[in-house]
Amino acid sequence: MEFNYLSDIVEYCRREGKDMAQAMADYEMKNKGLTREQVYDGLKRILLVMEESVDQGMTQQVITPSGMLNNWAKTVAGAQVNTLGPALKMAAARAIAVGEVNACMGKIAAAPTAGSAGILPAVLVTMMEEHGTTRERLLDALLVTSAVGLIFAKNSSFAGSEAGCMGETGSAAAMGAAAITYLLGGNEEQILEAVGFALKASMGLVCDPVGGLVEEPCTTRNAVGVANAFVSAQLALAGIKSLIPADEVIAATKEVGDLMSPRLKESGQGGLANTKTGREIQKRVFATVRAQKG
Amino acid sequence: MSEQPSIFDILGPIMIGPSSSHTAGASRIGYIARQLLNDKPVRAVITLYNSFAKTHKGHGTDRAIVGGILGFGPDDPRIRQSFELGKEEGLEWEFKFVGDSARFHSNTAKIRLEGAGGGKVEITGASLGGGRIKIQEIEGFRVDFTASMHTLVVIADDIPGSIRNISGAIADRGSNIANMFVSRSEKLANMVIEVDQPIDKETLKRIESFPWVKFARRVEPMVEGSSRYEK
Repeated sequence: MEFNYLSDIVEYCRREGKDMAQAMADYEMKNKGLTREQVYDGLKRILLVMEESVDQGMTQQVITPSGMLNNWAKTVAGAQVNTLGPALKMAAARAIAVGEVNACMGKIAAAPTAGSAGILPAVLVTMMEEHGTTRERLLDALLVTSAVGLIFAKNSSFAGSEAGCMGETGSAAAMGAAAITYLLGGNEEQILEAVGFALKASMGLVCDPVGGLVEEPCTTRNAVGVANAFVSAQLALAGIKSLIPADEVIAATKEVGDLMSPRLKESGQGGLANTKTGREIQKRVFATVRAQKG
Repeated sequence: MSEQPSIFDILGPIMIGPSSSHTAGASRIGYIARQLLNDKPVRAVITLYNSFAKTHKGHGTDRAIVGGILGFGPDDPRIRQSFELGKEEGLEWEFKFVGDSARFHSNTAKIRLEGAGGGKVEITGASLGGGRIKIQEIEGFRVDFTASMHTLVVIADDIPGSIRNISGAIADRGSNIANMFVSRSEKLANMVIEVDQPIDKETLKRIESFPWVKFARRVEPMVEGSSRYEK
């Protein structure tokens, strides 16, 4: 069983009378010779790690060895001045929580990558906390995210070194947008619109981590990626259409990624990594790390 | 139809952060070296190349590789304390760094291990992103496998019939060979055989018992919770 474009999956749904989650369950069962229960057991393990990583970052001390991140998730959650509704504020905090846990060598689910691992857990936990979504439904939502991820991986790239941050937090935001749209009753077309919006907002985003560490700006980009997911889902659920179809937007991310200078793709040599302050931080961090190890 | 990706290639791996290539992939290379040594490791010389050499500290690449050598899977939180635990286990290690080498992939590690029983093995592996790896050299032989299947590695005298005897030993146990790669140097041949089912001890023993076989080891695919060699 082979899906090469999101439109293939939509067509399968239509032909078989199934939703996108069921289509992806069929895909995995058929291709890997698994039972439905085995597929869902795998999804449960992923969801459990996602929830634990959010919880860890929201409740425990998380200061990264570099000192760049210092309990930011809790700081955001406890903000006194609010520009967002509580759901989105907490979603942003949760995304940062996972980023902090990851940078501290904690356990995370790299979905789709470690650098973008905050977005899906933040989306799913927020749907559970704010919209009362059950865990069973979240497992189906994970299947929907895998549809987007599968097609993105085939036609573009998750690697920061190939597609920049567009391939990491961009694809994660698109996967999150699909999950939210699905959970709030959007149909297949609306899910694709949400994917289109999220990817268009991430088009050309560079990968420029300071010191090559998955901290600055990755962590806050995860928080903004969650907002992208919720806004994109909101637009799609309202009935707005992405004028460029999602499959074509994915093709454009590939073209844009190829055109981006290698310096802007996880080299540690361009963008924020190459700023005066970025360079200073890098020097300081690596000097400390060396000193610690004697 | 070529092999289709799993949804768990997209959702996952479950891993210790911060980087799927520089942490999770690195631990896998160490773990495969340990499986190929097939003994309690007492000494390791680890050479990091290119991006691994430049950014290993910030990503815990060094701790991840030592953790892998200790038998910790990429999702094992003990990776964080691998240096301390390694010392307790009597493992000595040394890191070397080669910043720029056009010969190797950007994230490459060469690991030479010595075991308590006197055995030695040297492998070179590259981390490809998303926790995926490929092993490129074993004992100086060029190889190319991802350890995503049950894999048998054999080095033997390059004599007629060696391939037939080894594949026969596997087939006799009812296992299906999925892929087989052979490379030669001087009078030796190296075979990497990917099999659908686990390779059992008896099969391995039988292959080892051929007088022309110098080295036969199995590598199991890495799955979640795959830490081994618990105390």
